[in-house]
Amino acid sequence: MTETDNITSYLQPPKLTYRVWKVWLRNWNVFMKTYKVNFFPPLLEPILYLLALGLGLGTIVQEIEGMTYIQFIAPALVAISIMNSSFFECTYASFVRMYYQKTFDAIITTPVNIEEVIAGELLWGATRSLISSAIVLAVVAAFGLITSPLAILVPALAFIGGLMFASMAMCFTAIAPNIDFFNYPAFLFITPMFLISGTFFPVTQLPYAAQVIALGVLPLTQTVNLTRGLIMGRLETILLYSLIWIVSVTPVFFILSINLMKRKLIK
Amino acid sequence: MRVRAQSLREFFLKQPAIVDIAQGRILPMTATEILIQAKNLTKKYDNFLAVDNIDFEVFKGECCGFLGPNGAGKTTTIRMIHCVSPLTNGQLSVAGMNVSASPREIKCMVGVAPQENNLDPDFTVLQNLVVYARYFDIPKSTALERADELLKFLQLQEKRDVIIDQLSTGMKRRLILARALINEPQILLLDEPTTGLDPQARHLIWDRIINLKKRGVTIILTTHYMDEAAELCDRTLVMDYGKIIEQGTPPDLIKKHVGDEVLEIDYNDETMATLRKTLPDTRLEVISDRIRVFTTQPHGIFENYLKNHPAKGATIRNANLEDVFLKLTGRGLRE
Repeated sequence: MTETDNITSYLQPPKLTYRVWKVWLRNWNVFMKTYKVNFFPPLLEPILYLLALGLGLGTIVQEIEGMTYIQFIAPALVAISIMNSSFFECTYASFVRMYYQKTFDAIITTPVNIEEVIAGELLWGATRSLISSAIVLAVVAAFGLITSPLAILVPALAFIGGLMFASMAMCFTAIAPNIDFFNYPAFLFITPMFLISGTFFPVTQLPYAAQVIALGVLPLTQTVNLTRGLIMGRLETILLYSLIWIVSVTPVFFILSINLMKRKLIK
Repeated sequence: MRVRAQSLREFFLKQPAIVDIAQGRILPMTATEILIQAKNLTKKYDNFLAVDNIDFEVFKGECCGFLGPNGAGKTTTIRMIHCVSPLTNGQLSVAGMNVSASPREIKCMVGVAPQENNLDPDFTVLQNLVVYARYFDIPKSTALERADELLKFLQLQEKRDVIIDQLSTGMKRRLILARALINEPQILLLDEPTTGLDPQARHLIWDRIINLKKRGVTIILTTHYMDEAAELCDRTLVMDYGKIIEQGTPPDLIKKHVGDEVLEIDYNDETMATLRKTLPDTRLEVISDRIRVFTTQPHGIFENYLKNHPAKGATIRNANLEDVFLKLTGRGLRE
């Protein structure tokens, strides 16, 4: 097999059927068994951030682009929950199911194939993002920080954005030799993004080169742009850019991650 | 042992009759319909040849045992049969379907009990069966019915709502067998079904396997226990280094390779010399200070020998499959 064959084979669209749904449902069933514990972090975390950063730090921070500090960070908290839920679901949690629990091995002895297992995991990751972001959004609403009815579109965005982060996460899972490996993407990819994607200060405050990276390469920047646009009702052209960015990148990583996982698991 | 549940019985009765259900005994295999067929089957991992160009058939309704040391290629072969491991080369068909072309159709008719425990620890015993049934598109009401029947069949009713972690090894193995039966398979693949079990649990599983066989389920079994193979298998294939080195019914293999009887005597040089002289056509093997004497000659020669050369602690025992296995695959450790 030549180099080019390899690359195209990694981008071969997988054959998926309705069975993807069965894998999703398995994870949903497990999630609902412990739903009280699962709803707790996305409920508590934004409250802590809004109190400490929004009301605490915010009193000494001037208005940003016409928004108070707490108004500025609230949509970012929604975007961060979109990122974290699906990313950690499809790294640590998927790895546990794949490696320690052998859940994937068990499923592929049934008519469900490996592509469908991974697609089900990715859609489940996206669903986790949707659930978490909806809870964060409710907290933000309770703080009176939603100014636009467009906020109703955030869950839909959360699902698409969640699918993007899930797919990226699954690529790491496919190349992870062991579970400790996830420290690398968590600290080299997620944490920096968490800080510099226009979350707690505007991207324009970054040095020029960093601005280019944040806007051109980092997926969280796009997600923050969109949540802020929808929650604050600021429809700017940058939103269109961010939406196109997410919609074009997601399918690539979705397909790539499935093929990488197939390579890893089918021997 | 009779299966109490109505629908399980109906299912098994639907199986083509190689067996006489009423009498529960296996009829002579006049119809030798081939259910699984491999030709030049090969599997290569990077630089390791796991299965090396093998041919074999499995007939409908039989229990076929794959024997061999660790790393012989048994599990790899099983994985290719249930379409989770692609072939490197050759052909493999199950019920007339090509494993590469029709994996979903094949998986629907196959039940798999893997070597490694892969029960879902996030669920209870019952949920494990019901969720697994869902992957086969079995409606929930049917799944619940079957799960109840299978839990009875494997004596797990009391553990119905227990989480997997709280089950003993034996219970987990039984649940894996129950799970393998949830789609009412025509072919059952059992990869070391009794490894690590106590005699009680082993015998329960044996009993259920015999029961399933009587009802017409075709069974492929791998095992390291030769008594298990002798007890359960109509036919065995011995694998080593990725090749099938021998096959036949257990009695035939025993007769062919190690004869009817084995004489065991304490080792000393003098006895060894006498044996060589008096019984020249025998094969001698020394293991931990005992001499084992194998012959393919008829009964009675060992008795005659002992009459003329009485030896303390000498025993004559029936030859068994383990003798065959060790003769064919040697005594060297593999791993």
